[in-house]
This record gives sequence, structure tokens and C-alpha cells, in this order.
Amino acid sequence: MSRLITRRDFLKKTGVLATAATLPISIVELAFADPTQNFTFAHISDSHVQHIKGNQFVRNWDRGLIRAVAEVNLLNPKPDFVVYGGDLAQLAKKSELDHGAEMMSALNYKTYYVMGEHDYYLDLGEYWSKLFGPHYYSFDHKGVHFIVLNSILTDDEWTYRRWPTAEQRMLEMAGLDNPNGSPFMVGEKQREWLRQDLEKVNKDTPLVVFSHSPLQKIYKGWNFWTDDAEQVQALLTPFKKVTVIYGHVHQIQYNQIGNISFHGVMATAWPWPYPSSYAHAEHYLPKLTVPMNRADPFFERDATGWQFINLANGNVDMHYTLYDNTSRTIAFNKKNGQPEDSSYQAEDERIPPQVHY
Amino acid sequence: MERINKFGLIFLFMTVAGAAATAIADEFSQQDLTRWESEYLSVVKQGRQAFTDPELGSNGVTCAQCHPNAANTHPETYPKFQKQLGRVVPIWEMINWCIRNPLEGKSLEASDPRLVALQAYIYYERRGVKLDPGKH
Ligand code: HEC
Ligand SMILES: [Fe+2]
Ligand SMILES: [Fe+2]
Repeated sequence: MSRLITRRDFLKKTGVLATAATLPISIVELAFADPTQNFTFAHISDSHVQHIKGNQFVRNWDRGLIRAVAEVNLLNPKPDFVVYGGDLAQLAKKSELDHGAEMMSALNYKTYYVMGEHDYYLDLGEYWSKLFGPHYYSFDHKGVHFIVLNSILTDDEWTYRRWPTAEQRMLEMAGLDNPNGSPFMVGEKQREWLRQDLEKVNKDTPLVVFSHSPLQKIYKGWNFWTDDAEQVQALLTPFKKVTVIYGHVHQIQYNQIGNISFHGVMATAWPWPYPSSYAHAEHYLPKLTVPMNRADPFFERDATGWQFINLANGNVDMHYTLYDNTSRTIAFNKKNGQPEDSSYQAEDERIPPQVHY
Repeated sequence: MERINKFGLIFLFMTVAGAAATAIADEFSQQDLTRWESEYLSVVKQGRQAFTDPELGSNGVTCAQCHPNAANTHPETYPKFQKQLGRVVPIWEMINWCIRNPLEGKSLEASDPRLVALQAYIYYERRGVKLDPGKH
């Protein structure tokens, strides 16, 4: 059995407490019977690099990503690799993807990229692919099967025929609350690829799936949603231990559906309100979720944060380290068979800033 | 004689005024209601435009980027104490705060039509929620 890495260990080992406590990353440790097989990886997401003009980019969003990259480089033990969860750019412009790639290039590790809608809807991921590779793929690492899906596709009519220009298509999809947007989906072609990919995998092998949108349905109006979530879940159901880690929502969310644990991650750019705080929304925020603290707008990096994750014997323990708030740990509770907050799960343990309205 | 004349004039004036008016002051019609609502909604629409306008600030960032459907603007809680400003403020001071900071723009005058429109939109998205001034 491996010893789980605590945040304190990381900070001690990095020896740069102040920096380490304030950077948005995720670190993952996979713990197995054979400790030589244990490893960690980091996860960074939703930086929304935004071009203003010329050589100017939105400073606030740049700072979020630069700090995340610096922190991941300081991690000790070193993560085996890094995952980037999507929405590196704001409007999928070459300038934004280039600037984002430039900042990411400071990372000292192999990095796997997930496609976000803000990376995609200008040229349908063409330039992104030149920089980062295929839109969906899988890989094996020390006994775990990892899958990266492009979950932000939508129907052909919307994608190819609805909009007069690519720029407008990108703008329409970029507005989270824009009624002209369209629901995300993985799509038939990719689901068939996934089915074939999983045929080769032993059912006892832990699966970790990365997507940009949640592979569960939370709120359609903001695309906290994947239209064919149930069909994707059905393909994952035969496996004993499955974890889905997704970006897009810019907030703490977690859930358990059958054998599948779900975790949303923080953005490096800005936090989003919970759908429950929109007075006119019908939503399905997982009952399990104890929300992140409401952001203080007077602290620009508040409610952006980093998380490291222990994947202990195939189950994820997610540690959210938040800039101006107390850290949060969402650990898999074996007895209850679901992820639970280690301090705040019980209703009467919650604190006033966790109330969203 | 003079007094009668004056009285007569006043009487005449009142008669003319009464005939010119199409309705009595405190009565309004369905047509009025429809017009007033559409006036309001047209300003709500301008507010939504300002809320999604990359030109409102200086860096292309929009309000809707962080506040989809104006969520987390909590207009029903204003005026309220903002500890960082150290006093009780109306909502438009917080709007200006967000314009100056995340949007890196310039504060708007309280009477600026864009600031009025932003409030019209923010309140509209929050319609039906009970007033709770001072709440955090
Ligand atoms: C970078 C993200 C960001 C942007 C862009 C932004 N805000 Fe905010 N704003 C916040 C956060 C975070 C809060 C605090 C939310 C809370 O209290 O739950 C906030 C608070 C507010 C509040 C007060 C809410 C309360 O609960 O008291 C108002 C009103 C507001 N914003 C309006 C706007 C308007 C109008 C714009 C555009 C000019 C804007 N914001 C742009 C992040 C942003
Ligand atoms: Fe995002
Ligand atoms: Fe996204």
C-alpha cells in the first residue's frame, strides 16, 4: 500500500510554501498493492487565454495559467504527466492557442490535452490539433487505462450550416448562457471508437476518463451537460472502478452514478455560479455536492484553485487547494461507495459561504 | 363685476382643460400597461447587450463571462454593506467595481443609460426573488 500524499507533504518538499499554496493544479496519485506502480499526475483546466489586440492578452487569465504551470514544475514527488482539461483559449484564435501553448511549454512534463468548446468552434479544432494532437485517444500508464474524449461536439446542422462565418459560430458557442448555443455531445462515431477501445481492456482495470463537459446532465442552459451522457456511461458501466474528471464548470462538483465517480475541477481563470443560483433554471446539481465557497470579487484569484488527487486503489481522492479559502478534500468513501467531503459533507457541518443563492 | 369675470375665466379654463384630457389621471389602460412593459423590456435588452459587450470595459472581458444569466449579482440584497468598500452601497457601485476591475474599464455615471440598462437587465433575470436588503 502506498502512503497517500498529503498537501502538507507537497508543500514541505517544494519548500516554497507561499507559491505552492496558491497555484491551481491537480496532482493525482494512483495507489496499488505494488508501490513501485504508484504514481501521480497533475491536472490544470480552463485558462481561457484571451487576446485583446496586438501583443495584449487579458492579464487576469494569463496570471492564472502562469501560476499553475510554475506550481506543477515545483511538485515533489514529480508527477508522471499533466492533463490539461480544455478551454485553453477564449475564442480559439491562433494567437490565443499559441500564447497558451507558449505558457504551457514551460511545463517539464509530458502533457495530455482535452478539447474545450473555446478551443474548437472557430476552425473545428484544426489548429489545436497541430499544436496538441488528436481530439480523442487513450493511453495506458502503470496499470490504469486513461481515455480522453472530445465531449463538446454538437449536431451537424448547428456546426456546419447554421452560421454564416466561423467567427460567429465561435462567439455563439462561447457565450455560456447564450440561447443560440447547442448541447454538447460525444457523438456516435466517438462512442463507437470508445466501445472498440474498451473491448481490449480487462474489466478490473481502473479507468480514468477525461472530458471537458460533465459526462452527466446538470444544467442544459449552460451546457453543464452532455446530451449522450447516458450512452457513454453505459459503455463504462461494465468496469469495476471508473472515474470521470471534467472541466468546463469552473467549480467543485462531484457525484456517484453506479460504479462511476464524477469530479469537476476548478478553472485557473474564473469561477462560475452554481446553476442553482439562477432563479429561472431547472437543474440537477448532484445532491452529493457541497459547493465551493462563494467568490469574493475583491480577490481576483479567489475560487480559482488547484487540486491534487490521490487515485487510491483505483478510486479518486480529490484535494482542492483554493487560493483564498481553506482546502477541500473530496475522498472516496468505501463504506458508502461514493465521494464525500472530508469536513463539510453533513448538512450541519457546512459554513455560510457554501450557501449559494 | 371683476370677481365674476375672474370666476368665469377660471371656469372656462377648467372646462377646456377637462375636454382636452383623454383620461382621468389615475386611470390607465391595458394599452398603457403594454407600452410601459415594452419600454422596460427594451431597456432590459439594452442591458443584456451591455452585459455581453466586449467594448464596455477595455480588455474585451464581458459581465456574462462570469455572471451567466446575471447569476451571482444578487440585486435583491442591495443596498448592502460591502466590507471592502467599508460602507453600505447601492448595486450600481458594485457594477462599477466590476467594470473597473475584471473589465479594466472606467466607472459609469449613476445616470449613464448603460448603467441604468445593466440594472434593468440584472433585476429582470432575478424577477420573483424576494427582497432581502443587506443579505450576504
Ligand atoms: C472575472 C469575473 C467577473 C466579471 C467579468 C464580472 N464580475 Fe461581477 N462579480 C464577480 C464575482 C466573483 C462576484 C461575487 C459573487 C458573489 O458574491 O457570489 C461578483 C459580484 C458582482 C456583483 C455583486 C453581487 C453580490 O452578491 O453582492 C454585481 C452586481 C456584479 N458582480 C455585477 C457585474 C457586472 C455588471 C459585470 C460587468 C460589468 C461584472 N460583474 C463582471 C466576478 C465577475
Ligand atoms: Fe471554461
Ligand atoms: Fe468550456
